[in-house]
Amino acid sequence: MQRIGVFVCWCGTNIAGTVDVEKVAQALSHEPGVVCSYNYQYMCSESGQQLIVNSVKEHKLDGVVVCSCSPRMHEATFRKAAAVAGINPYMVEIANIREQCSWIHKDMGDATLKAIILGRAAIAKVNLNAPLYPGESPVVKRALVIGGGIAGIQTALDIADAGYEVDIVEKTPTIGGRMAQIDKTFPTLDCSACILTPKMVDAAQHEKINIMTYSEVENVKGFVGNFTVDIRRKARHVREDLCTGCGLCTEKCPSRKGSDEFNMGLKKRGAIYIPFAQAIPKVPVIDETQCIKLKTGKCGLCEKVCGVKAIDFAQKDSIETRQYGAIVVATGFKPISLENFDEYAYSRCPDVITSLEFERITNAAGPTGGKLLRPSDNAHPHTVVFIQCVGSRDTSGCGKPYCSKICCMYTAKHAMLTREKYPDTDVYVFYIDVRTPGKGFDEFQRRAVEEYGVHYIKGMVGKIHDVDGKLLVDASDLINDEKICVAADMVVLATAIEPSDGARALATKLTASMDTNDFFTEAHAKLRPVESPTAGVFLSGTCQGPRDIPETVAQAGAAAAKVIGLLAKDKLTTDPCVAISDEMLCNGCSCCEKVCPYGAITYSNKEFRIAGKIETRRVASVNPAVCHGCGACTVACPSGAMNLNGFSNKQIMAEVDAICK
Amino acid sequence: MQVNEKNFQPKIVAFCCNWCSYAGADLAGTGRLNYPANVKVIRVPCSCRVNPMFILRAFQKGADGVIIAGCHPGDCHYSTGNYYARRRMTLLFSMLDYLGIERERTRVEWISAAEGAKFAATMNEFVAQITELGENKRLEDLRCKK
Amino acid sequence: MHSSNKTELKKLVLRISGAHPEKCMKCGKCSAACPAFDEMEIHPHKFAQMVLDERVEELATSKGIYKCMSCFACLERCPRDVKPAKIAEAARAVYLRQQGASYMKQDEIPSKLDDEIPGQALMSAMRKYNK
Repeated sequence: MQRIGVFVCWCGTNIAGTVDVEKVAQALSHEPGVVCSYNYQYMCSESGQQLIVNSVKEHKLDGVVVCSCSPRMHEATFRKAAAVAGINPYMVEIANIREQCSWIHKDMGDATLKAIILGRAAIAKVNLNAPLYPGESPVVKRALVIGGGIAGIQTALDIADAGYEVDIVEKTPTIGGRMAQIDKTFPTLDCSACILTPKMVDAAQHEKINIMTYSEVENVKGFVGNFTVDIRRKARHVREDLCTGCGLCTEKCPSRKGSDEFNMGLKKRGAIYIPFAQAIPKVPVIDETQCIKLKTGKCGLCEKVCGVKAIDFAQKDSIETRQYGAIVVATGFKPISLENFDEYAYSRCPDVITSLEFERITNAAGPTGGKLLRPSDNAHPHTVVFIQCVGSRDTSGCGKPYCSKICCMYTAKHAMLTREKYPDTDVYVFYIDVRTPGKGFDEFQRRAVEEYGVHYIKGMVGKIHDVDGKLLVDASDLINDEKICVAADMVVLATAIEPSDGARALATKLTASMDTNDFFTEAHAKLRPVESPTAGVFLSGTCQGPRDIPETVAQAGAAAAKVIGLLAKDKLTTDPCVAISDEMLCNGCSCCEKVCPYGAITYSNKEFRIAGKIETRRVASVNPAVCHGCGACTVACPSGAMNLNGFSNKQIMAEVDAICK
Repeated sequence: MQVNEKNFQPKIVAFCCNWCSYAGADLAGTGRLNYPANVKVIRVPCSCRVNPMFILRAFQKGADGVIIAGCHPGDCHYSTGNYYARRRMTLLFSMLDYLGIERERTRVEWISAAEGAKFAATMNEFVAQITELGENKRLEDLRCKK
Repeated sequence: MHSSNKTELKKLVLRISGAHPEKCMKCGKCSAACPAFDEMEIHPHKFAQMVLDERVEELATSKGIYKCMSCFACLERCPRDVKPAKIAEAARAVYLRQQGASYMKQDEIPSKLDDEIPGQALMSAMRKYNK
């Protein structure tokens, strides 16, 4: 039995006005375990706290019950006072007799009785309290950023500028991501490469940033502050330490069948290639599926021309294991496959292209050198049709149910640029809705209509027919209630975007949760938008949901701030009110593991001595650094092995009993 | 105690999640919104912490009504806790119904930290409802009666 | 058809069609895909809203929906799974099931057989036997 002290606060007249505090203190003094009971005008005041400290010492108290305002208000205050008095701060319980009693009841008798019952429940709980100690875990002062697009680069730069080491892991041969492929950026129409490449160089030259391209996260272990990550460095077959990036090998390579990913397959490339001129690192990579030497053993031309002997055909994938305190996911997006949208004839007609392909065609470094030429015959198109919402807002199962957010703006940009460069071109945009919230965005879209004379038509396209080199676009004009047919030379599809390949697999490795569309979920939609529910994992950019470049950069900075806040700590103190498993009761069923939103529960085989025999059993254990203490597992556990510190089954039962008595 | 309509005072246990409903209850207090003293709140970290056993225990010990309040769907501090609570309670309530404890004695409500008025209104309504139903005798452990 | 039972007619159409007109976001892809568009005075993209507005009678007595060949192009293309063809089919069914309110008199059928009915009959026959 604990030795408990009860302290009833008047809170001036706030409590004493409707609750007979004297009577409450008197009634509670007879409860089991109570050795002293006081009432005082302001418990939270300096002298009130001193009363608690003195009484603890005088009566050798183990537990304290304060009948006062809401624990959300002063729980921390009284816990501190308890610590000062030399007892465990978690031996304090608050009975909320202000917000939930004196303030809502008018009748003195009712309110006093209720205050006694609430006090009784708190005493019953304290009787079962045990001292709890916050855990401590060290913080590795290095961050991992997964993905080297604008989101990853910006996050890495911001973290590195604060003085912490950052590793960027990028699966393609260069950093830069989607933004490097884009020609111009809305709404200012400045050149994407001109604003991105300096940032890429900054990242490459930053002494705190280590870039690992052509690499992927293989395995993640550990928890917040202390992750151990295996990174697969894919075989590049070119030694990064020797290569000077002269590019001679890429010119001499006789294989010309590889599809140029950077140009969305609109061009062919050699088996050894540098994705684009400003690539970082500017080191070629050998495509194992295309290289003649690696396939047949005959060739090796690149090896012969390389002056610094950087080509290494024998190179194998290697695994690098590193420690991190925080992980930022910045895996980005890709356009969806259009295989479910036969009506747009994308796979049949080369002149039906996606918007990202259009970006490459209009880019000065792209396959046409920046001239607007259609892929089939390199002729200049005179009628260009843009179709919005291709696969977006589609609940039929063919596309994606969400709005891809960026399409309205980039379509306006494409339409405007086309009209500006080629005023002889007719441009049509078919839309369902035009959504342009954002600074200067609506003005931008209106310019496309008002200044550049782009024909915006409300209605969707039903089918595209390829007749004699013309693309006949059957569409609705809903405003005029007509069906129209536009004979186009080129059609651009504003294709919906989805998370990159491998995002789901990565989420599984990180135990970070995802929504049904494979976007990473945030810890709180409004208040914690850049943190994943898994502690120590942060989100940056389109891996969390469709967004444009300014929003991505803003979010990248926010994620970096969160990471810096974490890495700035030497040790993490963890709330001790977390779940604990009783290994003797656990039957290894995995029920708790499934309901845990944080992946805090792991299973391991342990040896137990039972009735003289040693038996190996599979049991659950909770990582206190990761557990948030929601208690979902305690109810899911069929054998009652899971419990929650501070809110144990017995404690809550005791409260129930005290209230129903 | 003789039970009649006039002086019957139901015992009601409310399990409130720390992040939304408990704060909502505090807000009802701050706003001086009256509701009957019959309701006693037990603070839990999340509505998913409420073990069906707690509710059975409350009825066994003589509670006349039990209400579980949590964050609105999608707003759970722990992302998914209230969904678990909703499912568990749906099952439990149908079992209680089978045992003869009326559906009206149990309730799950979503009350956010900003909904003090909703908290008070819900409690007023619930107390009135339980008073109407009268004493719960079905599951009460007679040994608990003094 | 009575104006007082407009709501009933709407419910009936919803029940027969199994469609969800409230999901329509008025993109017009159904009309763009419809091969019988020019023959209709009320076009497929309006079907959903007309049902929601309880204008089933107007829809059912329009000549257009009897030109619908039930090719299901609209249903196939619709990004929201609204099923305009099923709505038209249900509207026709509701109307034709009304006792003594048939749009087409029995005697008129033979003369119209050649120019109006075959399209629909042919399509439904193909749907039935071309599996």
